[in-house]
Amino acid sequence: MAIENLTLGKALNLGLRKAMERDSKVLIMGEDVGKLGGVFRITDGLQKDFGEERVIDTPLAESGIVGTAVGLALRGYRPVCEIQFDGFVYPAYDQIVAQVAKMHYRSGGRVRLPIVIRIPYGGGIGAVEHHSESPEGYFVHTAGLKVVTCATPSDAYWMIQQAIASDDPIIFLEPKRRYWEKGDVETSGDLSSVYPLHASRVARPGTDATVLAYGPMVRVALDAATAAEEDGRSLEVIDLRTLSPMDLGPVYESVRRTGRCVVVHEAPLTLGVGAEIAARVTEECFYSLEAPVLRVAGFDTPYPAARLEEDYLPDLDRVLDAVDRSFGW
Amino acid sequence: MAKGATASRTRSTRATGAGPGEPEMVQLLTPDGKRIETAQDPYGTEYTVDFTDEEYRGLYRDMVVIRKLDAEAEALQRQGELGIWASLRGQEAAQVGSGRALRPQDMAFPTYREHGVLYCRGIDPIMPLGLFRGVDQGGWDPREFNFHMYTIVIGAQTLHATGYAMGIAKDGKVGSDDGEAVIVYFGDGATSQGDVNESFVWSSVFQAPIVFFCQNNQYAISEPIERQTRIPLYQRAAGFGFRGIRVDGNDVLACYAVTRAALDNARRGQGPTLIEAYTYRMGAHTTSDDPTRYRLPTELEEWQARDPISRMRTFLADRKLADDDFFAGVDEEAKAAAQNLRERVLAMPDPDPLTLFDHVYPGGSPELDAQREQFAAYLASFEGSGH
Repeated sequence: MAIENLTLGKALNLGLRKAMERDSKVLIMGEDVGKLGGVFRITDGLQKDFGEERVIDTPLAESGIVGTAVGLALRGYRPVCEIQFDGFVYPAYDQIVAQVAKMHYRSGGRVRLPIVIRIPYGGGIGAVEHHSESPEGYFVHTAGLKVVTCATPSDAYWMIQQAIASDDPIIFLEPKRRYWEKGDVETSGDLSSVYPLHASRVARPGTDATVLAYGPMVRVALDAATAAEEDGRSLEVIDLRTLSPMDLGPVYESVRRTGRCVVVHEAPLTLGVGAEIAARVTEECFYSLEAPVLRVAGFDTPYPAARLEEDYLPDLDRVLDAVDRSFGW
Repeated sequence: MAKGATASRTRSTRATGAGPGEPEMVQLLTPDGKRIETAQDPYGTEYTVDFTDEEYRGLYRDMVVIRKLDAEAEALQRQGELGIWASLRGQEAAQVGSGRALRPQDMAFPTYREHGVLYCRGIDPIMPLGLFRGVDQGGWDPREFNFHMYTIVIGAQTLHATGYAMGIAKDGKVGSDDGEAVIVYFGDGATSQGDVNESFVWSSVFQAPIVFFCQNNQYAISEPIERQTRIPLYQRAAGFGFRGIRVDGNDVLACYAVTRAALDNARRGQGPTLIEAYTYRMGAHTTSDDPTRYRLPTELEEWQARDPISRMRTFLADRKLADDDFFAGVDEEAKAAAQNLRERVLAMPDPDPLTLFDHVYPGGSPELDAQREQFAAYLASFEGSGH
């Protein structure tokens, strides 16, 4: 047993370090990831210990980061790309969706691209535009990519290692507003025996309604469950963790018990992950539902100016409001 | 190609192979088949080739065979057997010259038109036909042939090639005569793409062992080169910090010499080179295109006078390196190869419907497994129904 109390950011840093120690083919590449340690310091100290050949400060070009990662992967490396902010991933979009996602398929299974693309995502940090977006929908919609997101330091530590060890191309979304939140991490153990990467998890058991969240919204959902308890309502919170593929077995099981389901995400409402979940839960749990699946999401607007983001972002009260509406149906 | 090109570094202001007012262009075989013994690039590097008679004949044979295979593929498309075809007609010298300049350990990244380079790598020409027939996505193992899969998104492969070249350097495989190098193919239109310019930046700052081989065939579908650039393309390299060389793309000898030298420079650790092979797309962009809408027949006639194959034939005949029997033999060989290609294309089976779910993820996906299962059950529901 080796339990450490770590911030989510530090847990990622230690997870990356473990992955680099485990496999000399693991490379880190991105803007400012070297000497600076990344703008969020997630790669802090790694270049110092692993050298400039393995922790590469790249030219300032996101398509270049991902496109050269493809070539390095073809050569047998396992690149971990850092996209500095969510809103800067779009220049790399073609390389991600047209090249990374399709290479294994079109090669008839002959070419694997074990690339991890780390993206700090989501709002709540008072940033200027392009620094607070939630682009997961674009990637979940793309066949050939897997998409995961961590909500706790423990998951951050293990999921980043699992993602790097996977032969699938993985979009790894990091809830940047949670980088500084602390939690206990059991750092001993090995990758094959820890909780699986592509599995959702009940974050808080409950009996009256099921609240689904992932990444930065898990904390909001848990706070809502605590508040709901005072009203005598028991909310079950499920942390989805993996958005592609989704692991909705535990969700169906939960909704069949509770009869009510609320999905929470920061990304805009329309065609978001919540829409897909609502469709699937409706198909699978139709006769158990007491109310339609409700969604609490960002609005269908561009991410607003910082002084408006508290209005934009789903918070405890909006989650409780949705729970109320579910019960009032 | 045992002997190949030699390049030596000497300083000179003389440039050969360029007409008055034209940018300097390395040329070793004139359009009327006259051999130029040595030619220099703007950096003073001198090029020549030292082929055996058999090697000279081999280059001619390669060009004739790939032109014939190309014509056969075009005919197969016209007969409905291929969905589309991207002809290389007119670019045989650029592809055979550069393709034969590769050493076995070198890695090539093609566009979707490098059928000639593919052939020179010793790859069965049937291999990319699955893509154009629509029975697969043109997949093979790039490491098996040191030839990457065709890339259709314009310029995207230049970054893959650059990353691969960075990997070569990380593996310690540069800095000697037996080092490895990468060649990446793209066209004049691609030079406007962000990815190509990013790959120039990256390969330059990381001194990657890579050769950028741009076949300037004068057109990006309908758009002439003037819509892509106001300066000769090879001059772009200077701004990125590496050498740019224009070569007569219809001269197989010059293409060979310049590419071989650039690859050897790369493998020795001297960084990237941009080669602009100045050529002409004699056919349409693809079989879906109609070039009569955007270019004059006289232009094609001008370029036919600079045809890569006829100048090599003239050279071989003038030098008594080949006789009529040889030329007839090559034609027969090409015809047989085309016939063989045709037969095998027609024999390509349609894939099983359920294979469309295969290989989406190396690690699989339970969601996709469920979709496959549902679709299989749906298909099975028709069995025995007479439909």
